[in-house]
Amino acid sequence: MSFPMRKSPLALAGILLVAVILGFVMLPAIVVTITAFNDKAILAFPPQSYSWRWFARALSYDDFRKGFWNGLIVTAWASTIALIVGSGFALALHRYTFSLKSTLEALLLSPLVIPHFTIGLGLLILSAQLTVGRGFPLVVLAHVILVLPFVLRSVFISLQNLDGRLELAASSLGATPRRVLFTVTLPLLVPGLVSGWLFAAILSFNEFTATLFVSNQTTQTLPVAMYNYVREYADPTLAALSVIYIVVTALLLTLANLFFGLGKILNVDAH
Amino acid sequence: MLTRTDIATPAPSLSTAKPVVQLDGVTKRFGDAIALHEAWLKIAPGECMTLLGPSGCGKTTLLNLIAGFLDADGGEIFIDGALVTETPAHKREIGIVFQNYALFPHMTVANNIAYGLKTRGVEAGEIKRRVDEALALVKLNGFGDRKPRQLSGGQQQRVALARALVIRPKVLLLDEPFSALDKNLRASMQIELKEIQQRLGVTTVFVTHDQGEALSMSDRIAVMSAGRIRQIAAPQDIYCRPQDRFVASFIGDASVLSGKLLAVTDAVAQVAVGSLSVEVPAASLAGLAAGADVDLFVRPEHLVPVDGDGDATAPSLAGTVRTQVFQGGHVDLYIDLGDHAAQPVLLRSSAALAPSKWKAGDVVRVRPISADLVAFPKQDD
Ligand SMILES: Nc1ncnc2c1ncn2[C@@H]1O[C@H](COP(=O)(O)OP(=O)(O)OP(=O)(O)O)[C@@H](O)[C@H]1O
Ligand SMILES: [Mg+2]
Repeated sequence: MSFPMRKSPLALAGILLVAVILGFVMLPAIVVTITAFNDKAILAFPPQSYSWRWFARALSYDDFRKGFWNGLIVTAWASTIALIVGSGFALALHRYTFSLKSTLEALLLSPLVIPHFTIGLGLLILSAQLTVGRGFPLVVLAHVILVLPFVLRSVFISLQNLDGRLELAASSLGATPRRVLFTVTLPLLVPGLVSGWLFAAILSFNEFTATLFVSNQTTQTLPVAMYNYVREYADPTLAALSVIYIVVTALLLTLANLFFGLGKILNVDAH
Repeated sequence: MLTRTDIATPAPSLSTAKPVVQLDGVTKRFGDAIALHEAWLKIAPGECMTLLGPSGCGKTTLLNLIAGFLDADGGEIFIDGALVTETPAHKREIGIVFQNYALFPHMTVANNIAYGLKTRGVEAGEIKRRVDEALALVKLNGFGDRKPRQLSGGQQQRVALARALVIRPKVLLLDEPFSALDKNLRASMQIELKEIQQRLGVTTVFVTHDQGEALSMSDRIAVMSAGRIRQIAAPQDIYCRPQDRFVASFIGDASVLSGKLLAVTDAVAQVAVGSLSVEVPAASLAGLAAGADVDLFVRPEHLVPVDGDGDATAPSLAGTVRTQVFQGGHVDLYIDLGDHAAQPVLLRSSAALAPSKWKAGDVVRVRPISADLVAFPKQDD
């Protein structure tokens, strides 16, 4: 913007307001980060003395290490399965008109309105009834149900942005519907698929409520492990873990941005 | 408009050649709306047929039916003599070019052009040879490695054309291919397409709502309105002998004079406008008795001023100049003819004569000079 901006009292108040809002948004992260360096084994703010020792504990604590790997396994399976199933449904919803189409759409999107604990509780009751153990398949199933709507939406929106004439052109050039799908439709959907998978993965990795119901000591994911930790201890380990979380996520996003262009992956670019 | 040269070759003889595309009463509905009503059409080998009509009249629908992108609700479609009404698009061997080019954005220009050859299992060396040949055809040698987004609109349109032609399609379909291009580029692309079309002798169906484009590009024009084909004829016949009011007023400019039917013989009808009497084809006035009100259609270049010195004795109509519009090469005069025309009539005169001669308010006398006048039953609007 190049138009002259006079610093009127109103403009100054505006700037101040923005700063205050930004401050509030950042506040929890700042407080937690500072707390993580507290030398004392209490969650007090501000700390009297500083150390790195809670970071060491967070990285070596067995349940966290286990929960991290569990989380990765569940996330990888759940978001991949959701991606495949969701793309299939999105393609069907996009391409065909059939009776009960709107019912199917509503069903597929319904996890958005059903609370996570309801899904967790429901699966827990079902698994007890069917005497299925609370193993990984159950946790993965819960996560698939939870992230499916997001994948579906993401793929569906990319499909709607896809110019149908490209597929028509391909078929006029002799491509069978199958060939059109694999040489034109899917390659052009890649940004949508990647962003769908990414959203699913982030949601799944951070999911707590439903996982609490359907996991057990051996399948618990990182958020559940953190919850169990905070029930027993009140030291800054969790704060240290949060800092690690933030740093790692920021690093990953920076890398993703560097290599793929984040706007493209998140499907927010104008073009 | 008058300076347009006719670069079209005579239409191939329709009676002898077996049509490449044939539509027998093809109908298409979308819900309750009829997008195409019983279209009958035969397109001869090598012919360039234009579908011309206002927006929403069903041009794209007709094209999509030929391409196999839509299923007909009635009637039959033949391509090269074979019934294809139920044949899916990928088995019809048709080349299509869309208005927005529809190039595959994730492929290079060369791979775009090669796409139809790869689906046909053409061997790699042959693909390369034919892609290069196609690039040369559209004058894009050396552009093969670019991505579509690195090309201008005109270049993208050429790639789309090359991609459609490289498979040697039975029919080439073009849906308003130039409407996204600016005026100059459009004119040069029209000439280029015409040349390519004639060199390859490829049967072509060309959709446009630009009548100038239709008149200059086509061997024949099918004028459409509201889902119906109104007239199929060579450009000159469409212009000079329109079959109905719609065609007469949609193609070119025309002024409407109010006349009275004097007499009808076999083929010719006498129509009177004021003291004037002119002859028109009787076919378009079928069923009218002498004395009926008719509308006489006159092209602006067929209306001339009667000079005081010249043939002042010939019957003419008196009018008042409403406006005079300088158009560069010519001048448009809008003349109020009082009771003889509901709207001011348009007279087109060479610019060299006009500016000093007439101004608004002047009284002039005019008369039609052409043998190509047409009249239709009067319509109240
Ligand atoms: N998929 C569709 N569903 C419903 N109605 C349609 C569909 N496609 C076209 N129509 C309708 O059919 C009629 C003909 O449409 P068509 O696209 O063939 O017109 P057109 O002559 O190509 O117009 P334009 O010059 O604007 O491209 C229009 O009234 C349009 O609204
Ligand atoms: Mg159209």
